[in-house]
Amino acid sequence: MERVPVLRIGGLLLVSIQVDLQDQTVLALQEDLAERIIATGAHGVIIDITAVDIVDSFIGRMFATIASMSRLMDAETVVVGMRPAVAITLVELGLSLGGVRTALDLEEGMRLLGTAPPGGGSGDGAAAGPAGGS
Amino acid sequence: MTDGSGDVTELLRSWRAPVLERWIELVAAGVRGRMTEPEIRSELTELYGLVEGALGGDRTAAGELRAALAEISRGRARQGFSPAETAIGVFALKQALYEQVRATKDRAAYSTLIDFTAFVDDLGLATFETYASAREQVIADQAEQLLELSTPVVKLWDGILGVPLVGTLDSARTQVVMETLLQTLVDTGSRFAVIDITGVSAVDTEVAQHLLKTVMAARLMGTECVISGVRPQIAQTIVTLGIEFGDIVTKANLADALAYALRHSGIRTVREAGP
Amino acid sequence: MTSPPDQEVPIASGDDVVRVRQLVRAAAAAAGLSLVDQTKIVTAASELARNTHVHGGGGTMRIERAVGERGRAGIRIVFHDDGPGIPDVEQALSEGWSSGTGLGLGLSGARRLSDEFRLASEPGKGTTVAVAKWPR
Repeated sequence: MERVPVLRIGGLLLVSIQVDLQDQTVLALQEDLAERIIATGAHGVIIDITAVDIVDSFIGRMFATIASMSRLMDAETVVVGMRPAVAITLVELGLSLGGVRTALDLEEGMRLLGTAPPGGGSGDGAAAGPAGGS
Repeated sequence: MTDGSGDVTELLRSWRAPVLERWIELVAAGVRGRMTEPEIRSELTELYGLVEGALGGDRTAAGELRAALAEISRGRARQGFSPAETAIGVFALKQALYEQVRATKDRAAYSTLIDFTAFVDDLGLATFETYASAREQVIADQAEQLLELSTPVVKLWDGILGVPLVGTLDSARTQVVMETLLQTLVDTGSRFAVIDITGVSAVDTEVAQHLLKTVMAARLMGTECVISGVRPQIAQTIVTLGIEFGDIVTKANLADALAYALRHSGIRTVREAGP
Repeated sequence: MTSPPDQEVPIASGDDVVRVRQLVRAAAAAAGLSLVDQTKIVTAASELARNTHVHGGGGTMRIERAVGERGRAGIRIVFHDDGPGIPDVEQALSEGWSSGTGLGLGLSGARRLSDEFRLASEPGKGTTVAVAKWPR
């Protein structure tokens, strides 16, 4: 069974979902993340779903579960790259993802988590971000 | 089927040549050159045979008759014939048969004609329905193409899109515009969209719900929609419809909405002192 | 007009649930559904395939061509299992996000995403659910 790789970028953990998720894979990911957060002391988790074309209730609950679990371990979770068709479907399904934070892309996600993306920010002078960021 | 049906089949069979010819003549006059005689002949000859079969109790023929008529009707609709023209073509078979009965002064045949009339009327009406739905499909396809050409999503600023909606919004159009907006947010990496409804005359439940769903979807994607130009009547409609707009940001006009989006993008605008 | 052969697919493992998504995606695209509608029907199928696998003890899925009102051609996906059946369908359909099993959530979700939803289930007689979607 494929496991989704968890990458570490400084104080963040990055999960980029590239494959069609089987339920087993989802559960394994939740476990792996929990372990890695503890092991690395990460303060943020980014789940990149740019390549994901289907999010059903099970996968939606995974995001919520990961977010709650991470929060218990003092880490914030952001889901990035949700496709419009997926967002529209989730709204139709009535799923709210339990208040998981979301961002358009990896860059935005890192900014939300108070980390400057590698190579600096984009050139539009945007200064949004939590106080005390980099 | 009444007793007369057997007789009708007999009539149609024995008078096939004159009735079919007359039918072709009548239909040809009706299409006014938009179809060739050989085309009409081939079409009606096939139909004639199926009508005979259907009236004779052959269920397969009856099914094929309906299917053939539906196909013809759809084809006519696509070619731009009016629905009456298609139905009249079917009704012309009745006329052809009447004329034949009158010409031969066959009294007994008159009573069987009544059942036949009901049968043909039924077929004619069926063509109307097929026609109508085929025509609707053509219109729907054209409307969709028009929509794609005219979907208005503009860039107001780096990272801020604008969607000025004008006129009467219908459900289908609103859906297409909203889907395009969400995709454009991703394509341009924009975090904000201002949906301006100043020019919208009325908002019904479906449209309001589409707007709502779009805002919610945008939020799920990590972007935000601000709705501007909410006039008092529209505000009232939304409240009356009982739709919860919750914490969706709404502004009275596009300028305010833009200011809001700029502020939340961390952009400050400064007026320079004069020369 | 020939229709493509109905494909019947077994659902016996997590891999099969993934395969169902891929097959339905292909069929929906071939039927000319828009990207959003494809996503909706595939998501509905995913919910139902999971129910079949997890609650029905495994079963089958079949994709059919379906003609809706106004004669538009779309697709219908039928799931069947010989599992325990659903004792109280109404109650299952009103289950919310937080209640455990996900069976009802999957059913009500699939219903919201489809143009047509049919369910037949009796304890001891298994469950059959069919969802359909047509081009707009």
